Amino acid sequence: MSTYYDPADLAKFGNISQWQPEMGNKFFAYYAEVFKDGALTEREKALIALAVAHAVQCPYCIDAYTTDSLQKGADEAQMMEAVHVAAAIKGGAALVHGVQMMNKAKELSM
Amino acid sequence: MIKSLQARQAPLADTGYQLTVLSEAEAAGARLPAFAGKLRETGLFPLRPTRLQIMQINVGRMCNQVCKHCHVDAGPDRTEIMTRETMQLCLDALAQTDIELVDLTGGAPEMNPDFRWLVEQISALGRRTIVRCNLTIIVANKKYHDLPEFFARHHVQVVSSLPHFSAGRTDAQRGDGVFEKSIRALKMLNAVGYGQEGSGLSLDLVYNPSGAFMPGSQQSLEREFKQRLGREHGIVFNNLLTITNLPVSRFLDYLLESGNYESYMEKLVAAYNPVAAENVMCRTTLSIGWDGQLYDCDFNQQLDLLVAGTAPKHIRDFDEALLQNRAIVVNQHCYGCTAGAGSSCGGATT
Repeated sequence: MSTYYDPADLAKFGNISQWQPEMGNKFFAYYAEVFKDGALTEREKALIALAVAHAVQCPYCIDAYTTDSLQKGADEAQMMEAVHVAAAIKGGAALVHGVQMMNKAKELSM
Repeated sequence: MIKSLQARQAPLADTGYQLTVLSEAEAAGARLPAFAGKLRETGLFPLRPTRLQIMQINVGRMCNQVCKHCHVDAGPDRTEIMTRETMQLCLDALAQTDIELVDLTGGAPEMNPDFRWLVEQISALGRRTIVRCNLTIIVANKKYHDLPEFFARHHVQVVSSLPHFSAGRTDAQRGDGVFEKSIRALKMLNAVGYGQEGSGLSLDLVYNPSGAFMPGSQQSLEREFKQRLGREHGIVFNNLLTITNLPVSRFLDYLLESGNYESYMEKLVAAYNPVAAENVMCRTTLSIGWDGQLYDCDFNQQLDLLVAGTAPKHIRDFDEALLQNRAIVVNQHCYGCTAGAGSSCGGATT
């Protein structure tokens, strides 16, 4: 293998059940249930997944949920706004720690 | 506006070449197994008709639009249209059967000069008509502005393509400005009662994915379309029908040009659904070409795959019993109708 990530591996995700069928099957049953239409639509859930995929920087998930968002009827503007939500939270998460930095700096300073 | 494959003299304008491309994919091995073998595994080969319920007539390849995914390779430069004589042969055959529904497709069927005559004759035989209307034809020229009233008068079921509730994704597939014109046409259809509760005038929209992916859940997309079209444009309709794009003609060209062909076929194969295979529309449909030739479906028609065996090949020789005994011709493109929730001219099949 020349890279850690191989796009062909995405289609093999289901294979993780081979070495632990009970947990694997329960995970995939739960997974399928989560993404069904509910209080949120399938499209809204796909967009949340797309945003999370960017936040956790998972190439498999970005591939899968870009496709899924399109399949569920999202358009480009909605998908990019979802990525901005992820970016805002990731950026905000870094910046909000500035308060901790300020607290510590103040504690140490005259 | 792009040109048809035929006008561009593209290699894929040759249906024999399309079939070669599809069979090469078959040779790619286990990832893209032969569709016939897949049917055999699920006990459906040879695929046989069930009950003949729909006569689908392609009245011509002429169209005012040139959509990127069109399996007919239709466009303004296509001149093949059905004559009134061939239409009469279709009507003669129809009269011999219990078929309740005649599905008129094209091209833009309304561009055939004998379109209205054909609808009137079908009505006179007491059968229902579906017209696959691309919407923009209604606003394309003054002579088509009264189509909504004409449809209403004959209780024609209108089935219209609208691949998305946003202009961007619709125009990307169907051409610049198509979304805005489609919205205007939908408002004209709504104004005469189409899609309105209690009117008895049915208006369904067709969702084709605008790219190399499969449609999502029909129910879920219908809800989204109803909300968005209602809120943003005040438009109402009855059902949303999700249709998977099949690797035929211009959609095959798009897949090959964009480098998506193999992965798209793999997706269709991986999503093969035996229940959808049982419910494919070719089992209940007879497809008639502009020149009167007979096919199992409109996709086979565009690949020049005539009905097989001893079944009559032309509507002038129509014989329901012989047709019902035929084995339906299948090829690799058929994976499009059996993937996921299934696909047909009536939407999902499971």
